[in-house]
Amino acid sequence: MKNPLDSLWGTIISGLVLTAILYFVVKNFLV
Amino acid sequence: MDLVPVLARWLHFLAGVMWIGLLYYFNFVQVPALKAAAADGTAGGITKHVAPRALLYFRWAAVVTWLAGAALLGSNFVSAFTLQKGYAAIGIGAWLGTIMLVNVWALIWPNQQKILGLVPATDDEKNKARRAALLASRTNTMLSIPMLFFMAGGLTHKAAFGL
Repeated sequence: MKNPLDSLWGTIISGLVLTAILYFVVKNFLV
Repeated sequence: MDLVPVLARWLHFLAGVMWIGLLYYFNFVQVPALKAAAADGTAGGITKHVAPRALLYFRWAAVVTWLAGAALLGSNFVSAFTLQKGYAAIGIGAWLGTIMLVNVWALIWPNQQKILGLVPATDDEKNKARRAALLASRTNTMLSIPMLFFMAGGLTHKAAFGL
């Protein structure tokens, strides 16, 4: 599988996905 | 009015804009430009005159941003980093920013020194350094997206977290 960080779009999409995951974790388990 | 948080927040924003602005410059402008410049033999100007200056402000802005952020957290520093109730969102932002600072000084800067010829390195070491620096820089660009989301706490964020 290609590393998503090899492209700028892959980097941005990875950042958005990570944001969604962390938001879910914080909202449901940490706040 | 307590002056320390006011000045710390201001400095945190100023230095943060410089740090993340230069990070985006590297990723969105310089890396693609260097590819094009290498093809027509004009990359020397960028690597000799632009990159070292950009890296100087980049790495020290990262330090100032972190220190001003720590000052801004003040007595809430431990609560944020241990993700205590009510501090989890800013704590995640603080952790992401800290990981990014470590990335700058432990991966990006040492590898860039090899790439730019500021420290001696063989061609093989330079090629490995290029890959490591690119991935570290892209990792920071990726992390900056959630980092800024969690840092930018305010009334809208309280609503987003149901507070």
